[in-house]
Amino acid sequence: MHALTLPAPSHYDEMLLPSGAIRPHYQPFANWLHAQTPEALAKKRAEADLLFHKVGITFAVYGDEAGAERLIPFDTVPRIVPASEWQMLEAGLRQRVSALNRFLWDIYHDHEIIKAGLVPAEQVFANAQYQPAMQGLDLPHGIYAHITGVDLIRHADGGYYVLEDNLRVPSGVSYMLENRKMMMRLFPELFAQYPVAPVAHYPTLLLNTLRHASVADSPTVVVLTPGPFNSAYFEHAFLAQQMGVELVEGQDLFVKDDYLYMRTTVGPRRVDVIYRRIDDAFLDPLAFRADSMLGVPGLLSVYKQGNLILANAIGTGVADDKSIYPYVPEMIRFYLGEEPILHNVPTWQCRKPAELDHVLTHMAELVVKEVHGAGGYGMLVGPASTTAEVEDFRLRVRANPANYIAQPTLCLSSCPTFVESGIAPRHIDLRPFVLTGRETTMVAGGLTRVALKAGSLVVNSSQGGGTKDTWVLEA
Amino acid sequence: MLSRTASQLYWMSRYLERAENLVRMLDVTHSLSLLPQSRGALTELAAPLAVTGSLDAFHARHSRLDSEQLFNFMALDQDNPASVLSCLRFARENAHAVRGQITAEMWEAINASWLEAKEMPRRGIPSVSAFFDWVKERSHLFRGATYGTLQRNDAYCFIRLGTFIERADNTARLLDVKSQLIAPAQANLMPVDAPAESAPDFYAWSALLRSLSAFEAYHAAYRDSLDGRRVTELLILRPDVPRSLRACCDEIRAILPQIEAAEGALDAGRHVKQLAGKLAVQLEYGSVDEIMALGLHDWLTGFLTRSARLGEAIRAAYLEAN
Repeated sequence: MHALTLPAPSHYDEMLLPSGAIRPHYQPFANWLHAQTPEALAKKRAEADLLFHKVGITFAVYGDEAGAERLIPFDTVPRIVPASEWQMLEAGLRQRVSALNRFLWDIYHDHEIIKAGLVPAEQVFANAQYQPAMQGLDLPHGIYAHITGVDLIRHADGGYYVLEDNLRVPSGVSYMLENRKMMMRLFPELFAQYPVAPVAHYPTLLLNTLRHASVADSPTVVVLTPGPFNSAYFEHAFLAQQMGVELVEGQDLFVKDDYLYMRTTVGPRRVDVIYRRIDDAFLDPLAFRADSMLGVPGLLSVYKQGNLILANAIGTGVADDKSIYPYVPEMIRFYLGEEPILHNVPTWQCRKPAELDHVLTHMAELVVKEVHGAGGYGMLVGPASTTAEVEDFRLRVRANPANYIAQPTLCLSSCPTFVESGIAPRHIDLRPFVLTGRETTMVAGGLTRVALKAGSLVVNSSQGGGTKDTWVLEA
Repeated sequence: MLSRTASQLYWMSRYLERAENLVRMLDVTHSLSLLPQSRGALTELAAPLAVTGSLDAFHARHSRLDSEQLFNFMALDQDNPASVLSCLRFARENAHAVRGQITAEMWEAINASWLEAKEMPRRGIPSVSAFFDWVKERSHLFRGATYGTLQRNDAYCFIRLGTFIERADNTARLLDVKSQLIAPAQANLMPVDAPAESAPDFYAWSALLRSLSAFEAYHAAYRDSLDGRRVTELLILRPDVPRSLRACCDEIRAILPQIEAAEGALDAGRHVKQLAGKLAVQLEYGSVDEIMALGLHDWLTGFLTRSARLGEAIRAAYLEAN
C-alpha cells in the first residue's frame, strides 16, 4: 500500500475531492496505482532518473558551482486535464495571445489603446522593455510573439487564472516533450487506458510557424543560443535537432551587405529566420549592450531593413511585464471586442497610491513581486515569510513603489506527488505553449511544474521545483 | 554545416581516439613493466610521456617515475591535459556543444562514459587492466553507435576525419618511440631479415603489435617470427591493417570528396584533397627499403610533419570562420 497524504481542504486538488474520493478522470489511474507495489514504482522512478541523466536532460543553475548541471526532478504522477477544461483553456489562450500581439503592433504603431485612455502612456513608453527602435517597423503578418508560454494556475474555486504571460523566450517545452516520452516508456499500460492527446508534433508546428514568419520563398531557419553554459542549452539543442535546423551562436553569424550569414564549411550561407533564445539586450552589441559577446554586430540594421525575422520580435517584453499584466483583459475587449475567457489574478499596482496603501497594510497576506522579476526571484510570499522578511520588503516597496505589484496569495491547486513519506499533495502550475504563425496553433498539453517542498507555492526549477507529464484527454 | 560545428565534431572524435590510443600505449607499457628482465624498464615507462610530450609536466609534479605514478598521471589526473580522463572530458564537452548533430545513442555513449570516468579518481578502479579494457570498450561503443546510427552526412565525415587524422598521428608516434627504445643503438633497427634476437625484443615488438591490435594480422600476413622490418612494413604500408598509416591515409583520402563543397576553384578544400592525395600515394607506392634507407625515425618525422600540415589545411578550409 502507498502512504497517501490527503490534501488540505483549503485548496483544489486535481485528483482528490475534499472527502478523499477520487475525481472521475483520475479513477483509472488510481486503480492502476493501487495495483502497483511501492517498490516497483520506486524502481521506475530510479530508472527515469538514470535515463534523464544519460540523455543529459539537465539544466544549469546560476551561482551553483557544485551543480553546474542538474536534473530537474521528474514526478511520475501525471497531471490529468479533462477534455472539456482544455477546450476552454485553448479558446482562452488563443484569445489572449491574439490580443497581446495586437497590443504589441499597436504600441509600436498608432498607440490607439493609449489614446483611448485604457493603458497609461508612461506604463508603455517609460518601460525598460519598450524598444523605441521598433516604433513604426512593419513585421511580416504583424506578428511579434511567435512563441508564447502562458503560466496558469487553478485556484481554490476550481477556476483557472493566468499568472503571467511569457512573450520573450519562454522555456520548458523540451521538458513537456521528454516527460511524455519518459511516461510512455515507463508506463505504456496507462496509455492504453487513457486517450492522451499527443504532443510530439510540437517541433513540426514550431518549424512551420518560424517558416511562415518570413516572406522568403524557402527561408533558412536557425536557433540562436547563448551557448552550452546557458541554463536552457539542452532545450536549444533539442529543438534545433528536432526541427532539423542549425543551432548557432553569435560567433557563427555575421552581417554583410544588409544580410545575415552563417559561417559554414562551404562558405557563407544566408539566414532568414532566427528563433532566438537570447534576450533583446544581447542581440546586437552595436545597438544594445556593447559588452555582449553573444550577439551579432549589425543584426538590428538587417532586421530593420526587413531582411531577417526574429522570433520573438524585439521589444515583446513590454507586453509581459507585470505592470502591463493588469491591462490584458482590457486589451481583449479593446482589440477583439470579446470578454476574456481566462481570468487574471486580481492585482494591486503599488504605483497607484490607494493600492499601495492596501498592499502595505496587508503585506503579510499578499504575494508581492518586482514588476520585471522572473524565475521566482525578487518576490515575497507574505504568509510564508517571517515578520522580519515582511518588514524588509515593506521598506523596499516604499522606496520604489512603481517597481512592485501585489496579488492575493493564491491557493495553487495540488496534485499527488511522490515524496519521501509516500504520496502527498504538492502545488502545481501549468505552462501551455502557443504558436502564432499563419494560424494560431498549440499542442494539447504543456509543462506542469510542481513545488516539491510541502506547502511551497514556488514551482520554478531554479528554486527546487520539479515537473510532471501533462495529460490532456481527448473527448 | 557550421564551421564551428564541424570543428567540434572533428575534435570530439580526435579526443576520443586519442583516449583510446593512450590507453593502448599505457597497456603495452604496463605489460612490459611486468616482465622480470625487461630491458630498460625506466625508458619503457617514459615512452607514454615522450609520445604525448608530457615529460616535463610529469617531472614537475612527480619526483620518481614508476608504473603507479605513470598510471595516475596519464590515466586519471584531471590536471594533466594529456591524460585519458582529460581526453574523455574534452571529447564530451565537444559532443555537448554539438549534441543536436549527433544521434541520441552517440550522445548517451559519450556522456555515460564521462559520467562514469569522472568518478574514478575518487572511487578508484578495480585494476589498471580493467580500466584499459573499459576505455577501449567505450570507444568501440561510440564508434559502433556512430557507424550504426548516424546519417552519412558531413557530420559523419568530420567525425571520421578526426578519427583517422588522430590515429595516423598516434600510430606514427608510437612506432617512433618504441622503435627507438627497442633498438636505441641502431638507426635502422634490425639488419634485413634477421629474426628478433633476444626475448625482450620479441616481447617489445609483440607488445607494440598487440597495442595496435595487429598481432594476429602480423602472423596472418607473414607467418614468420617477429622482426622490426616486417613490423615497420605492416604498421606503415599495409592497407588492410586498420591502424596502419596507409589504412588511415586511404580513409582520409576517401572521406574528403564526400564533404559538401563548392565547385572547382571555389572549393576551399582543394588544397586539403591535394595534400591528402600526396600522403596516400606516397604510402601506396612506398617500400620498406626506402623507409629503412632514410632511417625509420627520420622517415616518421617527415610523415608527422606532412600529416600536421594536412591537419592545418583541414582547419583552414573547413573548421575556421570564413
